[in-house]
This record gives sequence, C-alpha cells and structure tokens, in this order.
Amino acid sequence: MDLITPAFGLIFWQTLIFLVVLFILGKFAWKPILGALKTREDSIDEALKAAEKAREEMANLKADNEKLLVEAKQERDKMFKDAAKIADEMKDQAKDDAKVIGDKMIDEALASIENEKNEAIRQIKDQVAELSIQISEKLLKKNLSDDKSQQELIKNYMKDIKLN
Amino acid sequence: MSKYICQQVSKGLFFSTLIIFFSFFLVLPGFGASEEGENKTDFIMHHVQDAHEWHFATIGHTHISIPLPVILYEKGHGLHFFMSSDFVDEHHNKIEKDGFYFDDRGHLETRDESRVFYDISITKNVASLFISVILLFWVFLSVAKRYKQDPLKAPKGLQSVFEPIILFIRDDIARPNIGEKKYKKFMPYLLSVFFFIWFNNLLGLMPGAANLTGNIAVTMTLALFTFVITTFSGTKDYWQHIFNTPGVPWWLKIPVPLMPLVEFIGMLTKPFSLMVRLFANITAGHIIIMSLIALIFIFESVYMGPISILFGLFMNMVELLVAFIQAFVFTLLSAIYFGLAVEEHEHEEHKEKLEEASA
Repeated sequence: MDLITPAFGLIFWQTLIFLVVLFILGKFAWKPILGALKTREDSIDEALKAAEKAREEMANLKADNEKLLVEAKQERDKMFKDAAKIADEMKDQAKDDAKVIGDKMIDEALASIENEKNEAIRQIKDQVAELSIQISEKLLKKNLSDDKSQQELIKNYMKDIKLN
Repeated sequence: MSKYICQQVSKGLFFSTLIIFFSFFLVLPGFGASEEGENKTDFIMHHVQDAHEWHFATIGHTHISIPLPVILYEKGHGLHFFMSSDFVDEHHNKIEKDGFYFDDRGHLETRDESRVFYDISITKNVASLFISVILLFWVFLSVAKRYKQDPLKAPKGLQSVFEPIILFIRDDIARPNIGEKKYKKFMPYLLSVFFFIWFNNLLGLMPGAANLTGNIAVTMTLALFTFVITTFSGTKDYWQHIFNTPGVPWWLKIPVPLMPLVEFIGMLTKPFSLMVRLFANITAGHIIIMSLIALIFIFESVYMGPISILFGLFMNMVELLVAFIQAFVFTLLSAIYFGLAVEEHEHEEHKEKLEEASA
C-alpha cells in the first residue's frame, strides 16, 4: 500500500521545488533559449530571403546583359548589312559613272573621228578638185584643139557633174 | 587498420568493465537479503520506495548508507530537526527520539495521540530531487548562457545536445497540439516538465539512485500541475464543452446531467492517467531489473549471474528508451490537454466534422 500512497512530505517538497524550477528555468533558461532560437530562425529566414532576392537580381541582370548582347549583335548585323549595301551601291554607282564616262568618251571620240573624217574628206575633196582642175587644165591644154573630143569631154563631165 | 581495431577493442573493454562495475552495484543491495535468507526479494520493494536514509548496500552486517535530515512540523511546537541516524543505536536497533520513532514500515510515529505532526523530511527521494534540480539548473543555465552570448552562432557542446530536443518539444509537441497562437505561454512548463521527468528517469537508472519519478507523490504533483494549468487556462468554449456539450441530445443533459457528469469525470481522469502512467512505467522498470537480479538469490547459483546480468543489461537499455518515452508522453499529453483547454472552434464547423467522422 505504501507504494501507492502519496507521502505528504514528498508532495510538499516536489511542489516547492518544481515551482522553483519553473521560475528559475522559465526566467533564466527557457526565455533566453527560446528567444535566441527565434532570433536565429528569423535571421536565417532573412538571410534566405536576401539570398533569393540576390539570385533574382542576378538573374535579372543576366537577362539584361543577354538582352543587351542580343541588341548589340543585331546592331552589328544591321551595320554590316548597311555597310555591304552601301558598298554595293557605291560599286554600282561607280560602275554606272564609269560607264557614263566611258560612253561619253567613246561618243566624243566617235564625234571627233567623224569630224576628222569629214575634215579629211573635205580636204581630199579639195585636193581632188584641185587635182581635177589641174588635170583638166592639162587636158584642156592638150586636147582642146579637137572640137569633137572637146564636146565629148564636156558631155562626159556634164554627165558626171549631174550624177554627183 | 590494426590501430583502429586496437582502439575498438580497448573501447569495448572499457565499456564492458564499466558495465560489470555498475552491475556489481546493482547486485549489492541484494547481499543483505541473501544473508537473512527469509525473503530474498525484499530489497526490490525497499528500493522502489522512499526512505529516510540513503542506503547503498549491506555487506555482512555493515550498512553502507548516508543518514538524511528528518524534519517534522508539529502543530503548536513548530519544526523539529533530527538526522535519520538519531533513531538507531550503534547496533542498528530502533530507538525513540523526542517521543518520535520509526514503525516497521519506516514511518515516523509518536506514542502520544494528541501530537499532530507532518513529516517533511529530506528523504532519499527529496535528496535525489535536490540533486536532479541542481543538475537541471547547471545544465540549462550554462546552455542559456551560450545563447545569450551569441544567439546567431551555431550550437556546440551541451547546447547542441539539447537544442534539437528543445526544438522537438516546441515544433512537434507544443505547436501542433496547442496552436500557433497560444503555444508560447505553455513552453516554459512543457520544457521544464519534460526535462525534469527525463533527467530524473535517467538518474533513477543510476546504481544506488532513488526512484523519484516512480514515486506516486511526485507523479501526482506533476499531474496536478498539468491539471491546474489546464483548468486555469480553460476558455469559455472549454467549459461549455464540459457542462453543455454541443451536438448532444438535450435529454442527456436534462433532467439527469449524464453528459456533463461524464465530461467532468473525463476532466479528472486525464491528470489521473498522467499520474499512474509515469509512476507505473518507471516503477515497473525498476522492479523488473531488480527481479532479474533477485533470480540469482532465488536460484542460489552463480551460473544465474551471467544470465541475470545479461537480461538486466538489456532491460537497462530498454529503460533508457522508456525514460525518454515517458517524459515525452507526459509532455505530449499535457500539451494536448492545454490545447483542448485553449481551443477556440466554430461550432458549425465542429458539428460538420463530427458528422463527417460518424459518416
């Protein structure tokens, strides 16, 4: 029976001591320990959040960088294309210009050749005329004694003149 | 490699020596009993109960024990102080001192019927209580100091031993059972009661130690603490659930208040079960280990020794587990009772839940 009969003295001491335990540990152990655990958890939470934020920022930064890179590439491509186009245009222009100039030169050359030719022909005509006059003079001097031949000659001349 | 094996072997030798040493202590209380030859299992009940002196062993006729203070409060006379050794002469015969004497069961009595007194002696259990509390203070105040120094530092040493347990009590016992809003208020009690029970369970397993948490007075006091806290933190809802339980047919309440009565008894059985569970588990563990040792004296054979020690060792290991489990169960149930007391529920939802459960 003693085993299951609570003793007064032990109840008294147990109550007293346990109240002291509750007070001392509650005030000087559990309060600082639980407080510190909370502080640490909060700081870990904050650190995790900050890390997450930093990672997001890094990702954003990277995305920005990539965007910039892409833009730069596009810009470069565009510049290359433009440059090529301009070069082509210049080449074409140059070709055209050269052609025009060449044509002009050819035209001018042709014109001058024509002129020269005309001049030469004119000179030749003049000379021919002069030569023919001289020949005619000689012929006249030699053959004008004969009327018949004279007349015949005149007829031929006339014929030639008309044809010409 | 060989060095490692050597280390392991020496470690093993060390521990087995330690175990044999402690087992020797376990056997010691039995020596006296076997000498007397009358009742070979007396020492078991002697061990699990409280005493006015701290008895370690009896070798032959020499008692190895520490006398403890006897304090009596007598009505009209105030306090009396003695030592337990004052009540025996040099031949261990009981003697009277100032009209007080120990009866056969170890209780202090007086022949004068008109003297009314209370025994508040520092018994073996009270002395053990003091030791455990000093240990608790030393451990947790030094742990708390670490937290105060730098709360953000990673735990180390003692701190890292107890931090997971403190977190376990907070996150797995208090929070889910009491609720996020109100659990903080109960944390100091839950932590104190858990570590008090656990430390004392473990101390009780030490050779020659007292059986504090296996004493009904101690478990009753602890259960009463839980009961008082539960009762005083009960919300309107809690009391309504006890005296006017919603969702129960009216004829169970009027004219015979059957349901309120059942609920009221339930209120009292909760701490009662706490008291009995801890007391019975710890005492039973001690009795089993002692009984295994007693087998040696019953068989009166040396060959029983290894068997007893082996089984005793096994039981001791189980008791290490039980020490934690019982502390955990007491704390968990206390938290559940607090949770029930502070719970605020919407009655509609509650009814729906009940209907769902019954369907």
